[in-house]
Amino acid sequence: MKKTVLLATAAVLAAGVAQAGTLDDVKARGELICGSNTGLTGFGAPGADGTWTGFDVDLCKALAAAVLGDASKVKFVPTTGETRFTALASGEVDVLIRNSTWTFSRDTELALDFVAVNYYDGQGFMVKKDLGVTSAKELNGATVCIQTGTTTELNLADFFKANNMTYTAVNVADDSEGQRQYLAGACDTYTTDASGLAASRATMADAENHIILPEIISKEPLGPVVRHGDNQWGDIVRWTYFALLIAEEKGITKANFEEIAASTTDPEVKRLAGLEGDMGAKIGLDNEFAKRAVLAVGNYGEVFDANIGESTPIGLARGLNALWTQGGLQYAAPFR
Amino acid sequence: MTQTFIRTEMLPPEAPPARDSGAIKWLRENLFSGPLNTILTLLGLFIVYWGLSGLLPWIFGGVWNAGSLGECREIIAARTGGDGTEAACWAMVRERWHQYLFGFYPSDLYWRPTLAFGLLFVALAPVLFSQFPRKMFLLTLAYPAVAYLLLWGGSVWVPVMLILLVGAVFFIATRIGGGWGVTTFVVLLLLCFGNPLGNILWFLFRLVDALPFVAVPVAFEQSVLGFLAKIFPLFSHVHPWIHSILPWGLTPVNSDKFGGFLLAIVIGVTAISFSLPLGIILALGRQSDMFIVKSLSVGFIEFIRGVPLITLLFTASLLLQYFLPPGTNFDLILRVIILVTFFAAAYLAEVIRGGLAALPRGQYEAADALGLNYWQAQRLIIMPQALKISIPGIVSTFIGLFKDTTLVSFVGLLDPLRGVTMAVRADINWKGIYWEPYVFVGAIFFILCFSMSRYSMYLERKLKTDHR
Repeated sequence: MKKTVLLATAAVLAAGVAQAGTLDDVKARGELICGSNTGLTGFGAPGADGTWTGFDVDLCKALAAAVLGDASKVKFVPTTGETRFTALASGEVDVLIRNSTWTFSRDTELALDFVAVNYYDGQGFMVKKDLGVTSAKELNGATVCIQTGTTTELNLADFFKANNMTYTAVNVADDSEGQRQYLAGACDTYTTDASGLAASRATMADAENHIILPEIISKEPLGPVVRHGDNQWGDIVRWTYFALLIAEEKGITKANFEEIAASTTDPEVKRLAGLEGDMGAKIGLDNEFAKRAVLAVGNYGEVFDANIGESTPIGLARGLNALWTQGGLQYAAPFR
Repeated sequence: MTQTFIRTEMLPPEAPPARDSGAIKWLRENLFSGPLNTILTLLGLFIVYWGLSGLLPWIFGGVWNAGSLGECREIIAARTGGDGTEAACWAMVRERWHQYLFGFYPSDLYWRPTLAFGLLFVALAPVLFSQFPRKMFLLTLAYPAVAYLLLWGGSVWVPVMLILLVGAVFFIATRIGGGWGVTTFVVLLLLCFGNPLGNILWFLFRLVDALPFVAVPVAFEQSVLGFLAKIFPLFSHVHPWIHSILPWGLTPVNSDKFGGFLLAIVIGVTAISFSLPLGIILALGRQSDMFIVKSLSVGFIEFIRGVPLITLLFTASLLLQYFLPPGTNFDLILRVIILVTFFAAAYLAEVIRGGLAALPRGQYEAADALGLNYWQAQRLIIMPQALKISIPGIVSTFIGLFKDTTLVSFVGLLDPLRGVTMAVRADINWKGIYWEPYVFVGAIFFILCFSMSRYSMYLERKLKTDHR
C-alpha cells in the first residue's frame, strides 16, 4: 500500500511535468522509447546480439512502423516490476508494453491508461505427474512455490480460502528461483502466470513428467499502457494494435497485404490499407499507418505464432487469445 | 697407564626421528595432537572431500559446446548413460560471455572498452606503485577524458576542450589566488559547464508560477531561458564549433548499451576515484571548527549513510528527473555514478575520520610548531599518516562499493549478476539455467575484489614504518 501511495505521488508529480503531446515528442526524436521487460521468455528479451525479440516487442515495432515509418526506430528500455509505472509517468518511456496487468488502481490511482489487452493471461499451477493430482482443487495441504510481492500471491490466498483449503507457501524471488525450487522438490506445486508456466515446462529436462493443471485462478489482462491525459497517443497505440487484429480477422498477412489491398472490394480493408477514409489524419498520422504496422510484424496471429505460439518451444495455444470469431476474446472495434 | 677414551672427532648429528620432523611432525602437532583433534581433522577432511567430489566433476565435467540447455543435457546424458549425473552447462558462458563483459556495446567496437580497461592500469600505475616516474601522473590526469572518449565516443573535442577549459580556469584562478581565486574558479566553471543563470531563473519562474494568481507567460519564460541557453554554458558552444572545422571523433555509443562488467567497472572505478577526495574533504569538514562547514559535512554524511543505497538508486533513476529543468536529458548512468559516489564518500569520510582520530595530538601540534598552515599540515603530516591507518577500511569500502554496483539492476540497468542473467535466462535456449551464471559472475568478481585486497596488503607492508 505504501508503495502504491508513493507511486501515486510520483505519478501526480509527473503528470505536471510530462506534457501531453507524446506523438510530437516521438516524431521530433525520430525514435520510439518503449518500456520493456528485463527479460521474459517469448514476450520480450534481448538476444545474443542485443536485438530485442518477443510478443510485446513486436507490438513496439509495429507502433514505431505506424508512427515513424520504420520498425527499427525503437529503443527498448528495460524496466523492472518496481520502476515500470514511474518510468512511464515521468516520461522516461513513451509507452509501456511489458506484461502489465490491467487493474483498477493502476488505471485510476496511478493515472495511467491501459489502451488494449494484447494477451489474456491467468494464473495456473504446475505439478509433477507422480503427485497424482489432476485438479487444483485437490491441492489441499500442498506446499506452493510463489513469487513474493506479486498479485499471484494474493490470488493464491484467495483461491485456497474460497475452496476451504490450506497451503504452505515457499517464497521465491523470481521465476528462475521458483523453477529451481520446484524441480528440487522444495514445493509440490509452482504457481505463476500460465504463459510463464508453459515456458518453464518447455525447457525442463523431463517436461513429460510435469503437468499444468486445468484451473486458471485469476484474470491477468496484459496490455500496453500510456499516460493519462494524452488521448491522441492512447488512440494511436490502441488502433495500431487493433489494426493487427483486424488484419488477422480479414486474413491479411505480412506477405499478402499488397496483393489483397490491390484487389479487395472490402471497404474496411481499403481503409486499413489507407486507400479510403482518411483514417490516419484523424489521429495525427498518415493514412498508411495501419498498413505499415502489419507489414512490419504481420497480423496478430502471425506475431503470436512467431513468438509464443504452438510452433515455438513455448507452445502456447491461442485459447482466450483467439479471435472472437474463433471463440476467443480478441475483438477489435470496427475500423471506420 | 690407564687408557682414557678421548673422542677426537664429533659424531655427525643424527637426523631427528621421522615422527619428529618435517611434514609428519607438523601433522602430528597441528592435526592429530589428541583424540578430539584427530576426530575433527578426519571430519574436516571428509567434509572437504564430500564438497569437492560433488563440485569438481560438476565444474570440470561441464559442457562447452552446445546451442542450448537442452543440448547440454543431451550431451551429458549421452556421456554418462543417462544416470542422472549433473554437470555444468558452460556453453551458455561461451555463447554469451560478451554480454556479461560488455552488455549491448556494439561488437565491432569491443576494442574501445578493452583499450580503456588496459589504459586504466597505465593510469593507475603511478598512483598505486611509487616505482613509476612522477611524470606519468599526467597520464593519470588525462585518463578520465580518454576513457570517456573511448567509451562514449563522439567528438574528440569534447574531452579535449573539457581539459583545456578546466585547465584555463584553474590557471586563471591560481593567478588571482586567495578567496577571490576560489570565487573566480567557481563562477567561471559554472559559466563554462552549467547554465547557472538559466537554472536559477527557471527555478524562480516555477516558484512564481506556483503562486495562485500570478502566471508567467510561457513565451516570456521561453524567450528568456532560450536566450540564456544560447549563450550558456559556453562549453556547449565551443566544442561543436571546433568539431565543425576539424571533425575528428569516434562513433558515438549511447550509454544504454553499456552492461555487464563494463557497467560495473565504469560505475565502480569512477565512484571509487571520486569518492576518495570527496571523502577526505568531508572527513576534514566534519572536524572543522567552522560551523557551516561542519554542519554541512555532518548533515551530508549522516543523511547519505542513513539511507539505503537502493533508495539513492531509485532517486537517481526516478526522482532526479523531476528536479532538473525540463528537457534536461541527463544520462542515467551518470546520475547513478553521482549518487553511488556520494554514498561511498559518506562511508569513506567516517573511515578517514577514524584514521584522523587515531593520530596522537602531538602530530597536529608538531605541524603547528613548524609553522605550517592548515593545508600544508594536512598534506604533509596529517593525511599521510591518517590515510595509512585507514587503508584496510578504505579498501573494504571500495570492495563493498564495487560489489554494490550490481544493485543497479533494480533501476533497469544491465548489471552482470542479475541484469544480464535475466536477459540470458529469458532466451528460450537458456531458460532454466541456474548456477552457471552465478558461478561465472562470482568468479570474475572474486578475481577483481581479491586483487584489490592483495594490493591493500602490499601497500600496508610497504608503508609499515615500525613505530607500532
